[in-house]
Amino acid sequence: MATQQEQKLDLGPLDQILATCAKGLEATIPLLQGIQTTYGYLPMEALVRASAGTGIPESHLFGVATFYKQFRLRPVGKNMIKVCLGTACHVQGGQRVHAVTRESLEIGEREDTTSDALFTVEPVACLGCCSLAPVVMVNETTHGRLDAPAVRRLMKKLQKSEKKDA
Amino acid sequence: MAPGTTASGDTIRVVVGLGSCGIAAGAQDVKEAFERLLGERQLPVTLGVTGCIGACHREPIVEVYEPAGRHVTYAAVTPERAAKIVEEHLAGGHPIEEWTFQGEPLKAEVDAYFGKQTRVALRNCGVIDPESIDDYLGREGYKALGQVLADNSPEKVIETLIASGLRGRGGGGFPTGTKWKFTRAAPGPKKYIICNADEGDPGAFMDRSVLEGDPHAVLEGMAIGAFAVGADEAYIYCRAEYPLAIKRLRIAISQAEERNLLGPGIAGTSFSFKVKIKEGAGAFVCGEETALIFSIEGRRGMPRKRPPFPAQEGLWGKPTNINNVETFANVPWILRNGGGAFAAMGTEKSKGSKVFALAGKIKRGGLVEVPMGITLREILEEVGGGSDTGKPLKAVQMGGPSGGCIPARLFDTRVDYDEVTRTGAIMGSGGMVVMDSSSCMVDIARFFLDFTQKESCGKCTFCRVGTLRMLEILERITQGKGKMEDLALLEELAVKIKETSLCGLGQTAPNPVLTTLKYFRDEYEAHVVHGRCPAKVCKPLLTFSIDPAACTGCTLCARVCPVKCISGEKKQTHVIDQTRCTKCSSCLEVCKDNAVVVK
Repeated sequence: MATQQEQKLDLGPLDQILATCAKGLEATIPLLQGIQTTYGYLPMEALVRASAGTGIPESHLFGVATFYKQFRLRPVGKNMIKVCLGTACHVQGGQRVHAVTRESLEIGEREDTTSDALFTVEPVACLGCCSLAPVVMVNETTHGRLDAPAVRRLMKKLQKSEKKDA
Repeated sequence: MAPGTTASGDTIRVVVGLGSCGIAAGAQDVKEAFERLLGERQLPVTLGVTGCIGACHREPIVEVYEPAGRHVTYAAVTPERAAKIVEEHLAGGHPIEEWTFQGEPLKAEVDAYFGKQTRVALRNCGVIDPESIDDYLGREGYKALGQVLADNSPEKVIETLIASGLRGRGGGGFPTGTKWKFTRAAPGPKKYIICNADEGDPGAFMDRSVLEGDPHAVLEGMAIGAFAVGADEAYIYCRAEYPLAIKRLRIAISQAEERNLLGPGIAGTSFSFKVKIKEGAGAFVCGEETALIFSIEGRRGMPRKRPPFPAQEGLWGKPTNINNVETFANVPWILRNGGGAFAAMGTEKSKGSKVFALAGKIKRGGLVEVPMGITLREILEEVGGGSDTGKPLKAVQMGGPSGGCIPARLFDTRVDYDEVTRTGAIMGSGGMVVMDSSSCMVDIARFFLDFTQKESCGKCTFCRVGTLRMLEILERITQGKGKMEDLALLEELAVKIKETSLCGLGQTAPNPVLTTLKYFRDEYEAHVVHGRCPAKVCKPLLTFSIDPAACTGCTLCARVCPVKCISGEKKQTHVIDQTRCTKCSSCLEVCKDNAVVVK
């Protein structure tokens, strides 16, 4: 299952997860959630090792990983930007906010992450802050009542602070 | 100490609302500002937190309780306003009336907002500190559980629930007491309780607020349910997108275990009850009970045929009772006040009160709990204050992707499971998204189909393929490429998908299309026949141009245009090249002279 583009992965943290997680099929989702929290996504190599360590078939891990939206098989950028496209955000212009977010960060048409791997933009169904629509969540912080100019300002600010860090 | 009143007799208590929406509006900064300011000035004031009071449109909200009994609620507090509140009110003794719910100009609005509400499920939200079991105990918390255990009669609990008329608040509307009775009657020593907290409808946040604001009420309701059906173990299946709710539930569970209100031998009886949390991984279909059970078991969440119902064969094949968060939150109140008190509210077949999440084009968005039987008009116009755009309301969407759009001319429909169903929508879990003339109903139908199409688990052919075909047709219509035959084809597909899908997702997925076709056919026809989107939402049907009379030649639009299709000299009228315009609306957003015309 491992592919060549995988870089050498530190499996130490995974072994810790495997040592503490419950056994049996019931453990599948918490196990995958643990791997994703550690690595930011589900590396194939980690899934193979997790299968060997728990006895849960690789096919089952992969089947569950591809069923649920939460799981990602590709690495994410340093910052996660979730753009809400729930009903309330939709009627308040969420699609436009999504388009402007991607445009400001110059994310390619079939991509979800910037080429410098600093930002990943992900549309989500509902963040539950419907009264503040449209809403964007940057890492853990929610920004509400946005419009296109406000999104442009927000993205510029994020890019600036990333440049400063670099 | 009575929670939510004063701290310790002679000090002022300041309480900051820290629900998710409060935090999104900046409540955390406000709390930190108070902490810093109170520390600097060494004032004898205690600072506390609470969940969401529901008035999201006025967040961040801060309550001030004075020892003498005076209580004021500040709206839209900022760190700057906090400084002034500390200075004038907490130190000076003079509340800043114009910022409070109790003073002018907000008073009339607040009275309208809360006046028609009846708080049963939300009784403690925004009142108690959700991370303090003592606050909950101070509001008669766990009293119902204590009484139930002392009476030691599961049958009596079930009778009370049946008498209350409580129906499942997750959307199904199945009578809760009857469900409990089935699970109790199922043979076998091992049974489970599951609390469905996988609030998947976009536009709904009732359960999140209850879990964040009053987690013990849900736990107490679950414990009573477990005693009634004979279960000793439970799972709360909560969306991973609700980290604050999960955190507060964990705190509540460990507090209740410490006090022997959960765990082995509760309150000295032989009744034991263990609650575990399972985080969902993002699949709308897991709101369906059989899919949810598979998900807890660590499988792909694909629904199976019923019967057997979970009450007979549920989690790991054992009898299992599933209710949603709001249903459980009602249970302790019903046991304390009697089934009759709950049944006294509402209509013949829909009893009690229901929580709704108001969002969209509405003045006072937020969480409201109203008695069943109230009309949609009362909720939208009196409680919600009507449109926030000045344009008249056109429709309200109820029931999320499974529901439908109810047009303004049916706003006298009463909130009642059966009456709402008659309109073609469903009561659903409580999301109400309000739309005005700037919302395109074809676009809304397309939006929901896009959602359900992606969320279909793929098991049933018509749900998997049929919804995609419907989506393609709707996309065609919103791009101005629709044909009149498409409308009939949509209806045909809708009926077939409903008839041949195994679970609720497929059976209800066509509802948004069917209701919009029924009530807003003229909008579909405008798209198809005239190539026009009356709400000016469907981009391919619009043209953007610049009104020479209004344009001042400021060049803002030309600079912001992503495809550089706007030309013109400084201080001269600008022109949009229609052949290259992508209709992104950037120019419209920046123009300060209202010179960009959309037709």
